[in-house]
Amino acid sequence: MKRLLSAFIFFAVIVVTWEWLVRKGVWSPVLVPSPLDVLKYLAGAIRDGSMIDASFVTLKRLLLGYFTGLLLGLPLGLLNARFKFCQDTIGLLALGIQTLPSVCFAPLALLWFGLTETAMFSIVVMGSLWSVLLATDAGVRSVPPIYMRAARTMGSRGFHTWFAVILPAALPFIVSGMKQGWAFAWRSLMAAEIYITVLSGSGLGLLLHYGRELSALDQVFGIMLVIIAIGLLTDRLFFAPFERFLHRRWGLGNR
Amino acid sequence: MMSIQAELQNAPPEKLVCNQVSKTFKTQRGSVLALDRVSLSVQEGEFVCLVGPSGCGKSTLLNIIAGLEQPDSGRVESSGQPVTDAGRDRMMMFQESALFPWLDVMGNVLFGLRLKPGLNNKERRDVAEFYIRLVGLEKFKRSNIHELSCGMTQRVALARALAPNPRVLLMDEPFAALDALTREQLYGDLQRIWQERRKTIVFVTHNVREAACLGDRVVLFSPHPGRVQEQFLVKLPRPRDINTVALAEYATEITRALKRHLKPETGEVAE
Ligand SMILES: Nc1ncnc2c1ncn2[C@@H]1O[C@H](COP(=O)(O)OP(=O)(O)OP(=O)(O)O)[C@@H](O)[C@H]1O
Ligand SMILES: [Mg+2]
Repeated sequence: MKRLLSAFIFFAVIVVTWEWLVRKGVWSPVLVPSPLDVLKYLAGAIRDGSMIDASFVTLKRLLLGYFTGLLLGLPLGLLNARFKFCQDTIGLLALGIQTLPSVCFAPLALLWFGLTETAMFSIVVMGSLWSVLLATDAGVRSVPPIYMRAARTMGSRGFHTWFAVILPAALPFIVSGMKQGWAFAWRSLMAAEIYITVLSGSGLGLLLHYGRELSALDQVFGIMLVIIAIGLLTDRLFFAPFERFLHRRWGLGNR
Repeated sequence: MMSIQAELQNAPPEKLVCNQVSKTFKTQRGSVLALDRVSLSVQEGEFVCLVGPSGCGKSTLLNIIAGLEQPDSGRVESSGQPVTDAGRDRMMMFQESALFPWLDVMGNVLFGLRLKPGLNNKERRDVAEFYIRLVGLEKFKRSNIHELSCGMTQRVALARALAPNPRVLLMDEPFAALDALTREQLYGDLQRIWQERRKTIVFVTHNVREAACLGDRVVLFSPHPGRVQEQFLVKLPRPRDINTVALAEYATEITRALKRHLKPETGEVAE
């Protein structure tokens, strides 16, 4: 409760100062809109549905791409950790590609898929897949062998060992890889939406782009706020439960 | 008809037999002969302590008996069957803590039970609770592993090893990291559990007093290469208290033998 209050006061002070500076003319309204204008834009955009539509388009792209990346990355990471052959092939590929910011796939995706959802999808997948893969691989490798031995004396073999011992033991790594993958996917999607105009749906990035074209600062600020809000919200909804579990069971991190 | 005398002298069946077991580890810096033709047999219901200096192959022998490692030569039998893999009839308590941090106390004790066929979930929970109570942790069955003290962790490890009801319990320095008071408490608990549950126990330790306190028989190992040097029978009534004079005398005798087998300057074994 106390923490909530201090957060509230902190942000209230920022907004009030901001409004005051704009009113006094210290900050030119051409460069910085007043918080009230931003609020007005947001209210209008929500009422006419454009903001909801854009958020929906963006979130759909993000979730679809991210979960595909996750569904591919997890098993590939496991294979990587298990088989030398995979490590020498996919593992090396992953290591190389991971150094490439995934928005660098945008030109290639455009040439291959054109201005389509598939192009967007592939960019988001590229953002999340490799992080998840490498983190899963590293997590599995770091499981102390004593866990596997203990499980073996208790009669665990093969698949059971993988699902009841190795995967849970690697969970701290996997969760941080999932988080990193999420961050990469989110960033590359925003960059791609600003850069590529896909006609089948306009996401938040495109609205941001239009805001710049129209020099509508209230729109630029408003959309940035929405993007921040979505980032925060997904972090709380998706990852906080995992992290709370890790904290409770392992005693990891502090919250 | 066998006479009563003959029946009494008839040794109980041998539970574990190690016959001429050798094991070499190869590393970059050459190979280490960890076990050199070690023969050891343990009777049903016997409590055997293995004592020896660090690096003489005690853990290696225990791992081989558990079926976690294969000997280079020689044979290991459990109840007459050759040991080829780990099995629920021989549970191991490891030198380092091997509890699973992603499960709570109950989950850890249940882990082996879940893999044991012929029980339903209700029975599994009941069995797990029985063993958690046996080691005195019923208040902590929902605790996470990182919230337990070192001594409690070892109790959970003991409960987990006991839960699938193995005939043989292999314990690798389970109490080494504990304070003297907790350890004494656990000596009492272990002797009680051993008698109540009629287990066969092979117990590894550095501590000669501990060995004399717990074992029916103390087996002395020497390092480089690991060999069985000498054996002592400890004939003291149970339950034993580690602080008695009679026990101290046994310990002194074993310690003297231990020193005799080590050349002080090289740490090598006297032939
Ligand atoms: N995996 C391994 N690879 C290489 N050498 C090993 C391995 N395991 C054990 N050794 C060697 O084998 C010898 C016996 O090791 P072991 O762990 O059985 O000793 P120990 O009697 O249990 O010692 P401690 O009392 O310190 O636990 C040591 O010299 C050790 O260096
Ligand atoms: Mg050892």
